[in-house]
Amino acid sequence: MRRPLIGFGLAAVALFGVAPLVLGDFRLNLLAKYLCLAIVAVGIGLAWGRGGMLTLGQGVFFGLGGYAMAMHLKLADAGPGELPDFMQLYGQLDELPWWWRPFANPVFAMAATVLLPMLVALLLGLLIFRRRVRGAYFAILSQALCAAFAIFLIGQQGTTGGTNGLTDIRGFFGYDLNDPLNRRTVYFIIAASLLAVLALTWQLIRSRYGELLVAVRDGEERVRFLGYDPANVKLVAYVAAAGMAGLAGALFVPAVGIISPALIGVVPSIEFVIGVAVGGRASLVGPALGAVAVAWAKTALSERAPSAWTYFEGLLFILPIVFLPGGLASLARLRPSWRRRQARIPAEATP
Amino acid sequence: MTLVLSQLFTGISIGAVLLLIALGLSLTFGQMNVINMAHGELIMVGAYTVYVLQQVISGAGWSLLIALPVAFAVAGLIGVLLEVSLIRRLYLRPLDTLLVTWGVSLLLQQLARDVFGAPNVQTRAPEILTGSIRITDDLAISSSRVFILVLALAAVAAVTLVLRTTPLGRRIRAVVQNRDLAAVSGLATGRIDRLTFFIGSGLAGIAGVALTLIGPIGPAMGTNIIVNAFLVVVVGGIGQLKGTVIVAFVLGVLQSMVEYTTTTSVASVIVFVTIVAFLQWRPQGLFTLRTRSLA
Amino acid sequence: MSGLTIRGLTVTFDGFVAVGGVDLDIPDGDVRFIIGPNGAGKTTLIDAVTGLARAGGSVTFDGQELLGRKVHRIARMGVGRTFQTATVFEELTVLQNLDIAAGWARGPLTLLRTRRAVPPEVEKALETVRLTAVRDSPAGTLAHGQKQWLEIGMLLVQNARLFLLDEPVAGMSHEERDATGELLGLLSADHTIVVIEHDMDFLRRFARTVTVMHAGKVLSEGTVAQVQADPRVQEVYLGHAVGEAV
Ligand SMILES: Nc1ncnc2c1ncn2[C@@H]1O[C@H](COP(=O)(O)OP(=O)(O)OP(=O)(O)O)[C@@H](O)[C@H]1O
Ligand SMILES: [Mg+2]
Repeated sequence: MRRPLIGFGLAAVALFGVAPLVLGDFRLNLLAKYLCLAIVAVGIGLAWGRGGMLTLGQGVFFGLGGYAMAMHLKLADAGPGELPDFMQLYGQLDELPWWWRPFANPVFAMAATVLLPMLVALLLGLLIFRRRVRGAYFAILSQALCAAFAIFLIGQQGTTGGTNGLTDIRGFFGYDLNDPLNRRTVYFIIAASLLAVLALTWQLIRSRYGELLVAVRDGEERVRFLGYDPANVKLVAYVAAAGMAGLAGALFVPAVGIISPALIGVVPSIEFVIGVAVGGRASLVGPALGAVAVAWAKTALSERAPSAWTYFEGLLFILPIVFLPGGLASLARLRPSWRRRQARIPAEATP
Repeated sequence: MTLVLSQLFTGISIGAVLLLIALGLSLTFGQMNVINMAHGELIMVGAYTVYVLQQVISGAGWSLLIALPVAFAVAGLIGVLLEVSLIRRLYLRPLDTLLVTWGVSLLLQQLARDVFGAPNVQTRAPEILTGSIRITDDLAISSSRVFILVLALAAVAAVTLVLRTTPLGRRIRAVVQNRDLAAVSGLATGRIDRLTFFIGSGLAGIAGVALTLIGPIGPAMGTNIIVNAFLVVVVGGIGQLKGTVIVAFVLGVLQSMVEYTTTTSVASVIVFVTIVAFLQWRPQGLFTLRTRSLA
Repeated sequence: MSGLTIRGLTVTFDGFVAVGGVDLDIPDGDVRFIIGPNGAGKTTLIDAVTGLARAGGSVTFDGQELLGRKVHRIARMGVGRTFQTATVFEELTVLQNLDIAAGWARGPLTLLRTRRAVPPEVEKALETVRLTAVRDSPAGTLAHGQKQWLEIGMLLVQNARLFLLDEPVAGMSHEERDATGELLGLLSADHTIVVIEHDMDFLRRFARTVTVMHAGKVLSEGTVAQVQADPRVQEVYLGHAVGEAV
């Protein structure tokens, strides 16, 4: 009980005290971006590590959250009654499409960043979990969704910015994002969100629901004979993970200033997973740390030699998963009592 | 009427490409339950084989003909290498296989970039495949598309023949239906797995050869086509070739029709929704192979 | 009509008739053993009753039709089962296994909270199946026999009234068999129990009534003595080692 609290304390000190002190504006902003990826990773850890649902389509939810936020910020940048710059550029529209309008409202937009992805996940999850689509089928379907979503966005040049996406975001709820101070604030918001997401996931994992989720992961059919409908159990984790990805997407926009199909397609979606695998899919902080480490390595390596990074990334997918399926978390022997309660890697049932 | 016919043929030729790509998958994924994300890169290997052969053989027709068996062998061997080195360790962890083979696909892509350069490369198509065949006054279909269709059907026929009539085929089917029973009956399941993988991967090489006729050849060519091909196998049903064949063509025609009436962008979503709806009706795919499953 | 009533039950797999028209009445409080050679359709019968295998005919439990219901709904009606190969959640502790089994009726709020204390019914079940000492061990580390007991414990806390046990003592040592037998005796006071077994010695000691299945059909039914005397049963088992035991 006490140790996790200490862990949270340490994480808070590191994120709120140490990082802002030692990192310059540029690096801190990079860290903000990494922390967004970490939020996605925590959700994937929950759905995949704990629930056995390998989702290769978190980009969809990340994108929904990101676009919802970016749409609002674009409208706010443009000012009341004006069209966002890119719409004027393509010049096919004389007024805002109906589905853009509600996003002018900041409360609606903020709620939508999380609720919209959750709603989509709920609908999709209901349809496919009820029909017992799972394992590899689920992974492939989630990837196909991602591909379809990206293609869809690319084709909607006039209303979503197409391949370019929504770019040049300047303000964040009235604050100028060019101001380094405001960018620091964005960092703090993101760090706080990550801690909140970790706390929420921690509670989910150690609750009775968390135990049930592991049971469903390891014996979905068996759980039925105990009177549960596993579809509902999985749905909760999947929808929660989608909400986290949506939140991450929304926060990514002020941190990086852009959201585009290239950031949410098939390739980035599967890249979300790698940090989780490296850090330890079934652990709480493993995915977050893994995501930050991988993102950092990507920046560091691809600055110098892009081709070296791709080789390294390929090996990251291969070596830890083959030789260390529990991820780095399975190496950490720091907290034995907590570890004992932690489920190890599932002996995956064939789908 | 002509329009409908021409859309129909576009659909069929999309379907033929899908089929050619999915055919190998229906062996490795469908029969062996291995999700090989590097399948797309094996296709790339096949395509680059044509490119390399054309550096040494001047005749476009000959190089294409020779490329077919060579690509089959090269892609097949890479596939076997993959099976022996990695996939075999992961048979009980199908989802991990997926991620690991994705890693392999990144390596192969980067290797292609380093060897052949990042930009797409060009190959020459043989004379007879560059023109088109006139059906009516205002309906013509390109000969390369017809060639791909014929190639796809021939590949299906060959695979069916191998599975149905040869001892190897009987063994493959036995292993698929009951791996444990096959093992205790004295079948060397490991060797059969490798052979299945060889054929499945080799088929990817052949698909790669065919793709040089209709599209650019580049390091990333495998990534995009592979997603739909996996869908075809899932929707078609595991362990059944006929499902793959039917679904490839249905999906191809559906896509071309919807794209024609809407846009590519909207079509992608509509096709996905259709597939989810279909899975409501047949969650195990069009055809299923019943095996005894533990609760 | 209380108890389990099966009428004209048929299960076919791609044309192969695994269960072909079985009628069976298991009154409340019975301890019924179902025996039969391998492939007789015993497991399939249980699969059909619990909703795992699609079946024709009719199965009622306390007057309510079971066929056509989903697996988890049938479980909620008080029909519980174990599996031929013990299937428990190996990663979870014994306590967690039992707690999950006790929990389908829990509301979302209870589920989202951490377990603070061991629920009394779980505590009781732990004692009944003699697993209190290994309460906090992962179920995967249990001995084979203990896993079977854990499964029985799970049925207990699940509030099942009808226990369908598929070969519970297969692979158990003599001591474990005896203990399991005692356990069944204890449970039979307030549960209806159906046991599939090949072990004739075990059957003779603990069965109240016996049904013999062969090739998807009921061959014979009655007390142990009646079944033993049935010439058809002897014929089916002729040449089998177990046959001599009957
Ligand atoms: N899912 C299935 N698909 C095809 N055949 C099946 C399936 N399930 C069972 N069978 C067949 O049905 C028959 C009855 O099987 P069942 O498992 O019910 O026998 P059993 O009496 O439990 O045998 P045992 O004593 O060996 O456990 C067997 O011939 C079996 O092969
Ligand atoms: Mg049986």
